[in-house]
Amino acid sequence: MEHIRTTKVEQVKLLDRFSTSNKSLTGTLYLTATHLLFIDSHQKETWILHHHIALVEKLALTTSGCPLVIQCKNFRIVHFIVPRERDCHDIYNSLLQLSKQAKYEDLYAFSYNPKQNDSERLRGWQLIDLAEEYKRMGVPNSNWQLSDANREYKICETYPRELYVPRIASKPIIVGSSKFRSKGRFPVLSYYHEHKEAAICRCSQPLSGFSARCLEDEHLLQAISKANPVNRYMYVMDTRPKLNAMANRAAGKGYENEDNYSNIRFQFVGIENIHVMRSSLQKLLEVNGTKGLSVSDFYSGLESSGWLRHIKAVMDAAIFLAKAITVESASVLVHCSDGWDRTSQVCSLGSLLLDSYYRTIKGFMVLIEKDWISFGHKFSERCGHLDGDPKEVSPVFTQFLECVWHLTEQFPQAFEFNEAFLVQIHEHIHSCQFGNFLGNCQKEREELKLKEKTYSLWPFLLDDQKKYLNPLYTSKSPKFTVLEPNTVSFNFKFWRNMYHQFDRTLHPRQSVFNIITNMNEQNKQLEKDIKDLESKIKQCKNKPTDGILTKELIHSVHPESPTLKTSLCFKEQTLLPVNHALRTIEGSNPADNRYSEYAEEFSKSEPGVVSLEYGVARMTC
Amino acid sequence: MEFAELIKTPRVDNVVLHRPFYPAVEGTLCLTGHHLILSSRQDNTEELWLLHSNIDAIDKRFVGPLGTIIIKCKDFRIIQLDIPGMEECLNIASSIEALSTLDSITLMYPFFYRPMFEVIEDGWHSFLPEQEFELYSSATSEWRLSYVNKEFAVCPSYPPIVIVPKSIDDEALRKVATFRHGGRFPVLSYYHKKNGMVIMRSGQPLTGTNGRRCKEDEKLINATLRAGKRGYIIDTRSLNVAQQARAKGGGFEQEAHYPQWRRIHKSIERYHILQESLIKLVEACNDQTHNMDRWLSKLEASNWLTHIKEILTTACLAAQCIDREGASILIHGTEGTDSTLQVTSLAQIILEPRSRTIRGFEALIEREWLQAGHPFQQRCAQSAYCNSKQKWESPVFLLFLDCVWQILRQFPCSFEFNENFLIMLFEHAYASQFGTFLGNNESERYFPTLEQILQVSG
Repeated sequence: MEHIRTTKVEQVKLLDRFSTSNKSLTGTLYLTATHLLFIDSHQKETWILHHHIALVEKLALTTSGCPLVIQCKNFRIVHFIVPRERDCHDIYNSLLQLSKQAKYEDLYAFSYNPKQNDSERLRGWQLIDLAEEYKRMGVPNSNWQLSDANREYKICETYPRELYVPRIASKPIIVGSSKFRSKGRFPVLSYYHEHKEAAICRCSQPLSGFSARCLEDEHLLQAISKANPVNRYMYVMDTRPKLNAMANRAAGKGYENEDNYSNIRFQFVGIENIHVMRSSLQKLLEVNGTKGLSVSDFYSGLESSGWLRHIKAVMDAAIFLAKAITVESASVLVHCSDGWDRTSQVCSLGSLLLDSYYRTIKGFMVLIEKDWISFGHKFSERCGHLDGDPKEVSPVFTQFLECVWHLTEQFPQAFEFNEAFLVQIHEHIHSCQFGNFLGNCQKEREELKLKEKTYSLWPFLLDDQKKYLNPLYTSKSPKFTVLEPNTVSFNFKFWRNMYHQFDRTLHPRQSVFNIITNMNEQNKQLEKDIKDLESKIKQCKNKPTDGILTKELIHSVHPESPTLKTSLCFKEQTLLPVNHALRTIEGSNPADNRYSEYAEEFSKSEPGVVSLEYGVARMTC
Repeated sequence: MEFAELIKTPRVDNVVLHRPFYPAVEGTLCLTGHHLILSSRQDNTEELWLLHSNIDAIDKRFVGPLGTIIIKCKDFRIIQLDIPGMEECLNIASSIEALSTLDSITLMYPFFYRPMFEVIEDGWHSFLPEQEFELYSSATSEWRLSYVNKEFAVCPSYPPIVIVPKSIDDEALRKVATFRHGGRFPVLSYYHKKNGMVIMRSGQPLTGTNGRRCKEDEKLINATLRAGKRGYIIDTRSLNVAQQARAKGGGFEQEAHYPQWRRIHKSIERYHILQESLIKLVEACNDQTHNMDRWLSKLEASNWLTHIKEILTTACLAAQCIDREGASILIHGTEGTDSTLQVTSLAQIILEPRSRTIRGFEALIEREWLQAGHPFQQRCAQSAYCNSKQKWESPVFLLFLDCVWQILRQFPCSFEFNENFLIMLFEHAYASQFGTFLGNNESERYFPTLEQILQVSG
């Protein structure tokens, strides 16, 4: 690699981010084509994927060496001290080059090789089939049909080829409407609620300016409301704050005038734009990066960042949407400005509240594929995959994951997956290791030939799904069990395991999830033992010499079977088995998950003393 | 005195009850000596049984002839009663007010309560100091039980039996008692079996401005140190506050006289500052606007979590001194009845698995709060809704329970009990049918009548 000048630096110090006494580890730093690797004196490895690096800073020289601070998109922050300034400078320059690629083809996904053959790769990509998903929802049907209008991306480049529209909406109406919508993103079906016969539709803002109207667009909206046999009026949700929407009118855009559209109820829901969200997260991270943070500084910082307010706004919008469908059986059309950020958040979260399928592991993948990937959420720009406009970067998808996390906290039995699953997905929207999130829309992805050149993330997550299973999940609930979250302010908490996922010293904790999972495993093992024993008893009964055999069996079965000691947790005991997979050079393969490391930390026989040295700094309330 | 004198209207029909989490219900309201009862008289399902002693504050409102009483409870519940008839409403309100502020301890409900369940254990004798001491005596012979306070003469807020170093006789204890605030001479709070280190607690030393010293006091606490080892004194007040205390005759241990001890100052708030913090916290929780920024700023302004953090950090420091540094510690603030007990009891939760069991936790509360003389009656007289602003009202015990809850959240698999147990204890500390939390210390509880009353039992 032409960018790498120094591949190995010895005697590098890694500072503990939150230690006030400047604790550090000494080790060796290696630079590879894809990763930065630090191996400390205990042979513990820290792998940092170049694509995860958001910012590299070289600070002023100190007596002990040259400080190098690396901030990652997965919220890891490492602080190295390199003894010689020249080495530091070399590494700094290399990382600058390696972390900001100019071309898609230079991203990790194009060189990542999980040793699969082409047919396995193809099967991986076919795992999520959106046509199948629309069939599951119940479309096409007598009111909704598949439109071929965008088959060649002629009407809208950022939409997928296959779109579902009301059966009575003719092609000229669609074309006309698309000309009246920002980026041609006309109203299409996002989710169909089979039971209520109501639909969630999505689009971008109308180009209404102060007075412009478009008959085709009005017709299309009418067609959507007519496609609902139960309720004739529909909601139009503009997810922006009213002020922003009004400002857009001056630029010839804007929002629907209720007088021009029959049977619509127009509603603003006030989610802020990508720039506000970006700086909000930045503030949040600044506050939480402070050493020796006091409780009041934490809360005033949390407040002034506005982060939880924004999360609550997204959640409230999704709840509004779900209510319109469940209570009034009304269809809802959702849009923001371009219809690929806030609209994706609200549509996907709303569907998740309505349909329990999306709360399964597979269903959640489908949901992301549908409302985010296929409808053109600009992952590459929002995540800054390439060296591009920093103003396009925004944590919109992270907010969606956080909203889902809040739901898993309020409804611990409703989700098949656990927190680790969400964190892992977040890891990979930035890792550029798999093709799913590269590019900004389907058309671009096809041009990049991602399905031939890269791998899909989903099969790897599914192979590993044991790690992501929520042991409390009750799958028996019927399909349309609606979640009705409570959005009282104190239900929103700081998501420690996301924003401090690498700062393990900060929250020593026992994991109930791990224990329950472990108990389930034990139960399964015991049930297996019972079956084995029963079959052996049967065998014995058929033989004359049964007396001796049974005696043998009683002795042979139990030494290996795990004992149930979970109820006496306060005694010294080992809580969990640890499967600490060895890391390969593809450090962030999807199996790599720091949750197993957590498990290890807390599976050590519990000390009589509970060290809260850092733990108390972050308290949930 | 007869309760009947205080009850002007014993019964009102067609009263509507509104309370959180339940639909409104109409029924008959009855007042008894100790309870406010509302019954709809339909399968006895919608009944309210509220102890008068649980009432923190009441508000009255009138719309025409319909009166409304809003009852704010010490357990933070807010319930509303719509009472037809102005006179009835006024009578009920003034009766409740009188009955909820009875000041004679023997009129309290625990003296009248007859349990409907089978009493399987005499709670008053479940956690005797002798039995607790036996747990240590197998591991050490350096300590003894002292009966010096048998008549509560040496220290009115101590129990009759305390654990002290074996080498110190009762005469010396009497002398030390005159040198410590409230006569609270250093006693054993916890013995760490793993390494033989101990936590002691006491009141502040009465050094005053001229630096008084007491040889017996020095000898007593030095007796707990191993040869060549140093110990820590954790003063729960900031250095500044501790220095100011000298002007009032109090003070802290001077290095010159206690060369084997290192003093650490922490600052844990006490008294009405905590009460005000609780009032603000509960107000934030009851805020109906559901505005995120408002909630966060109110939560911050209440400072409740800052207090929690300060207490927890101090307790962690104490636990680290014992377990990691292998050093014994003495903990005190001013009186040694509030922040001192928060720290000693939390340190034990951190250090000792037994105190994380239901029985062990009950034993801990018995030892470190009841027998150690935390003035429950004063501290828990009022809760978050009152504006009496008395200096001695303070949610010290609630803060302790909250700290335990925080540890429970971080180590959910290390406790035998769950948060309901903590909430139950909170409720009983403020209003209860049991006599456990009555009075301010053992000597006040030492009436023979109280002996007959049951103890809160898990």
